[in-house]
Amino acid sequence: MRPAAPVKSAPVRTEQIILFRISGQLFAVSSASVQEVRSVDSLSGAATEITAPGIRKVRHVVRRGDRSLFIVSGAMHFGLLPSPGMLVFVLRKTRTALLIDGIEKMSTMTRLQALPQSFCHEERQWYRGLTALDQTVVPVVRPEGFLSPEELSLLDAALLPLENLNGDAVEGTELAQ
Amino acid sequence: MTVSAELELQSFVLLRLGERRFAVAANQIAELVAPSRVFRFPHRTPKIEGVILRRGRIVPVCDVAEALVGKKLATRRLYLIAVRHYGAQREWVALPVTGECELINAEMSATGEFDAPHVAGWISHDGDVIEVLDIDALTPGPDEVLAEVAVREAVEARP
Repeated sequence: MRPAAPVKSAPVRTEQIILFRISGQLFAVSSASVQEVRSVDSLSGAATEITAPGIRKVRHVVRRGDRSLFIVSGAMHFGLLPSPGMLVFVLRKTRTALLIDGIEKMSTMTRLQALPQSFCHEERQWYRGLTALDQTVVPVVRPEGFLSPEELSLLDAALLPLENLNGDAVEGTELAQ
Repeated sequence: MTVSAELELQSFVLLRLGERRFAVAANQIAELVAPSRVFRFPHRTPKIEGVILRRGRIVPVCDVAEALVGKKLATRRLYLIAVRHYGAQREWVALPVTGECELINAEMSATGEFDAPHVAGWISHDGDVIEVLDIDALTPGPDEVLAEVAVREAVEARP
């Protein structure tokens, strides 16, 4: 009699993530969602100040070719204590550049659990879900969740006067939290 | 006790929040566990304080004491892990409690029109009349947001 063939378990789907901190709080983002990591210093020369009514988390915009990237303060977005952002994640397929304190490490996520439905407010837009890593629970951010379509419209409207003022020749300013 | 009276009895878990006792139908309880680390992260749902890890599952912690006894719990002895329904879906939610829990059998009386939405019924035990909690009404969920939106729209629609 031939022994039964060993049962192959389905391969575990994994995802590379970047663990990062904002105001001491740990978050994760899929590394596939991060197009670029830049230091604040390297962006400050290209950043222009912007003020859109009701959107305090965006103070600067950076021109990238024919599109504008809005620099979102992660601390203000999540309602955390202000902290001096040191790095910027340029998030792929969005117009968001996220200001963070620093990168903790790269890791691999084997399971993303949906955010429990008890969480029923804005956090449902903020997070793709939660993951357990080294006996810690980390929220995994949704790159599109930092700026809603309404906020993008308001920011675009705030850009118009800047562009009309002096075209692309707006001087860069220091990035501030 | 007659057979018909026996059939009316249901099992309830009695829990303590401060000085008061409440009951939850036993079939809505998944387990009772010792307090463990609460992981907190930014969110905007006031009743939820964070999540705990339990057997590989991430379970939200909902302090219901403020809604039921008017203040948050200073100490917590156990987490009662209850089953919360979201339509056809079921999820666990951890409720911190201050004392030992007890399993009893009792007959539940129906609610009256003036009872709060979180009251599923009443039971009588040891000379006390005890509220039976409706976990779905007591803990947050999408319905709560819909209700908030409806209230906001009604206020905005007023002339």
